[in-house]
Amino acid sequence: MSAHLPVLPIILPLVIGALMLLLEKQGILVQRVLAWTGMAGLLLLSVALVAEADSGRITAYLIGDWPARLGITLVVDRLAALMVMTTTLLAIACLLHAGTGWDRRAPHFHALFQLQLMGLNGAFLTGDLFNLFVFFEVLLAASYGLLLSGGRGGRMRVGFHYVAFNIAASTLFLIALGLIYGLLGTLNMAELALRVADVSAEDQRLVQSVAGLLLVVFCSKGAILPLYLWLPATYGRAQPAVAALFVIMTKVGLYSVLRVFALMFGVSAGELAGFAWQWLLPAGIATLLLASLGTLAAVRLRIQAGYLVLASAGTLVIGFALNRAETIGAALYYLANSVFAVAAMFLIVELVRQNRVTDRMNVQLPMTDRAIAGSLYLIAAISVIGLPPLAGFIGKLTLLAGTPEGWIGWTYGTILLASFLMLVALTRAGSKLFWQVAPDLDEADRPAPRKRRGRRRELSAIMLLLGYGVAMTIFAAPVMRYTLAAGEQLVTPQNYIQVVRGQVPDLREP
Amino acid sequence: MEFAFASAIGVLTAAGVYLLLRSRSFDVILGLTLLSYATNLLIFSSGRLVTGKPPVLRPGVDPILANFTDPLPQALVLTAIVISFAMTAVILVLAMRGRSDNRVDHVDGNEPKDRDR
Repeated sequence: MSAHLPVLPIILPLVIGALMLLLEKQGILVQRVLAWTGMAGLLLLSVALVAEADSGRITAYLIGDWPARLGITLVVDRLAALMVMTTTLLAIACLLHAGTGWDRRAPHFHALFQLQLMGLNGAFLTGDLFNLFVFFEVLLAASYGLLLSGGRGGRMRVGFHYVAFNIAASTLFLIALGLIYGLLGTLNMAELALRVADVSAEDQRLVQSVAGLLLVVFCSKGAILPLYLWLPATYGRAQPAVAALFVIMTKVGLYSVLRVFALMFGVSAGELAGFAWQWLLPAGIATLLLASLGTLAAVRLRIQAGYLVLASAGTLVIGFALNRAETIGAALYYLANSVFAVAAMFLIVELVRQNRVTDRMNVQLPMTDRAIAGSLYLIAAISVIGLPPLAGFIGKLTLLAGTPEGWIGWTYGTILLASFLMLVALTRAGSKLFWQVAPDLDEADRPAPRKRRGRRRELSAIMLLLGYGVAMTIFAAPVMRYTLAAGEQLVTPQNYIQVVRGQVPDLREP
Repeated sequence: MEFAFASAIGVLTAAGVYLLLRSRSFDVILGLTLLSYATNLLIFSSGRLVTGKPPVLRPGVDPILANFTDPLPQALVLTAIVISFAMTAVILVLAMRGRSDNRVDHVDGNEPKDRDR
């Protein structure tokens, strides 16, 4: 069992998803039971993964038992385990929210949800570039289904943009992969890291342009500056639980940037070392600034939540691009927290829409239950902006504290200014939505309040997400120790390379 | 052979990019298809172009790369073909549904005001 641990988080959702397709006729209840069974299993697996990675050991798993340079490898290190854990925790809340009836509106919801989880876990665990592409496609294909099923006109329109954009980006990814294989003769990341170092002088430029292509691809998946225009509209149109789950999808792009460029173009890459960071730092700064301006400009709460996704992506990229163990560690801590907080924001948008008819901020409307919705919004906003005392503050503070000498002006200036702009934007949105409330209609005119089932469960999903953030604040020391150690592991990739290359097949003669 | 092959990839890519930037969803889909053809050819060529050599080891033949063609790009391209085929199907369905919902074939779901653009 424990020898096959790295592959189980991929297989389990696949099997559950396939079973669901077979049992779909049995009704929604069977699917929900299956989904929760799968979720519980996944939670156990990710706890086991984190426990194993926390010892500092890197585990390589050879699928098909070929040596790492020939076959597909899965690798578990602290970063991968952290991402799988974050995905699982987020997915639990999304499933809780979807279980209130959203899953009836979209055919095949549960099967697609499981396949999406499979794609996410696979992308985080794989140690092979082509396999990364395949898992990207798996999670994108599932996301197309989740986004579009049960949708009509408007969602079809943004869906077309989203799908066309992602297919084009995937094509670029394939071109980069073809060139890499042609140049370096392997697609295993650890092996590539070694071969990049002794590339001949005339191939240097080609390898650089391939690295640039990869960077463009990952930035388009992670929604970094010039490539983010699809995001706010798409996420705003998705149904709430799906939008909340999509928050982790942009993080897949950022994860790939970190993994590929810290490993392949890390310290051992000779002249190409640190290739991506010089481009990413300005891109991150610009993304963060524009995204915070976007939160100010948004008229709808859900568009604002979309821009919050971008702002967190910008902050993360700054942390990654500074390329020190402290900043990467702080950014990873911030990543987990911002995923939960922004996902909670998407669910709160839905709550506001139900209590207030629309989430437009420029009209005054009566609102029911504004105390509950308002307080949840307040907590989520504090966490997203990074105000004390919640975890967003700790993440940003550590990030700023770890900034190296030369970049203090830019990093401090941008992050603090952007936080301030977001504070203004979210405060304004909050006061417009929850304070400037139109007087309620007369008792007689008011339509009888609709009894909705599952409302308490929707609230508990939001509270669960916010609770993760609070837990990350209370247990900040151990979580931060873990993420800092993950950062340390990333800036010294030699160990990773050794483990992957040293893994010998069990049965096969080499 | 290399020149012809490279030109084919280049022409396909150019046509694909041109179509991708047009405003009709049908053109966009054709563009994506052409781009994926170009990409498949590129991946295929990343194992170097050789003719008349098998991709699997045969008894009696010395197992060095000079006697065989690299099998890995062929496996990669097979995966890429399957995926891009499936994605084309998805986006086709999406375009047809968008066409019937929004009553236009424009990628933005409505005609721009300025008719002669």
